[in-house]
Amino acid sequence: MTAIAPALEDTASGIDLGAHADGHHDTQSKVTLGFWIYLMSDCIIFACLFATFSVLRHATAGGPDGREIFDLPYVAVETGCLLVSSFTYGLAMLAMNRDDRSWTMGWLVVTMLLGMTFVGMEIHEFAGLVAKGFGPDRSGFLSAFFTLVGTHGLHVTAGIIWMMVMMGHLMRRGLTEANRTRLMCLSLFWHFLDVIWIGVFTVVYLMGVAH
Amino acid sequence: MHGTQGRAATSGHDHDGADHGTLGSYVTGFILSVLLTAVPFALVMTHALPAGQAIALALVLGAIQMVVHLVFFLHMNAASSRSWNMAALVFTLIILGIVVVGSLWVMHNMNANMMPGMMSGS
Repeated sequence: MTAIAPALEDTASGIDLGAHADGHHDTQSKVTLGFWIYLMSDCIIFACLFATFSVLRHATAGGPDGREIFDLPYVAVETGCLLVSSFTYGLAMLAMNRDDRSWTMGWLVVTMLLGMTFVGMEIHEFAGLVAKGFGPDRSGFLSAFFTLVGTHGLHVTAGIIWMMVMMGHLMRRGLTEANRTRLMCLSLFWHFLDVIWIGVFTVVYLMGVAH
Repeated sequence: MHGTQGRAATSGHDHDGADHGTLGSYVTGFILSVLLTAVPFALVMTHALPAGQAIALALVLGAIQMVVHLVFFLHMNAASSRSWNMAALVFTLIILGIVVVGSLWVMHNMNANMMPGMMSGS
């Protein structure tokens, strides 16, 4: 994430200077393709974590298994938050395409609040588990669980921070070409995290409880 | 409003790398996603099916929902402007398959070939 930001900044300021009048779309599609390739490499990280979790799924070392610690209605609400936030980010992008800065900001705020609810619920779940003595040090299963779900949670947190930064950019400069490119990359990032979450709730929570 | 600078030369916004969705595509994607999320949750929570079948169905519906997200939210398609994105995605899926299936296969084999008594209650 942090490694990507300076590169994006450079390209973006190139656009702002208006140096190449017909290079806008070229630049934007290059930036979004580059960002997409970053997301694909991120996807490999999650694939490794999913593989680790699947291998350690039954390594409970006498500790609790998924059925004992997962609360499906709670996870369903988390899932709902993330899914609705993906939709509202889509609405922000539609507002951006209409050149409507206020609604872009508005939907970004809604998306961010939903993302914060999601992260808050996840932290609450983690804190509850650790308080009961079911922290990542309890068993291989719980280590893998905290690593996989925690990595996703950290990504969502990064997305929320990015959203706050984008709101600042929008307030100062409005819907410039550079900001549009950034919002496009954030859109890819946010939808991508929702796709990963589909894997998490299916493989970790549903399969964990159904066993 | 100072929000329009750098915008003049860029009227045709639908020809860039990332295709934009329409309200219709987002609504369709959202409704399909809600259904594809609610059904597996309901199946597991109500114990309507035996565990094995419920898990198999949840995995299939999850995979379908990922495709729904890619098509309706991320606007992946086979259009020429997105062909590199698609190539990167397909390549990633191959690596992903090797990593996940390979890990499970190797670790299953090691478990199966372990001498009795070497495993202490997993």
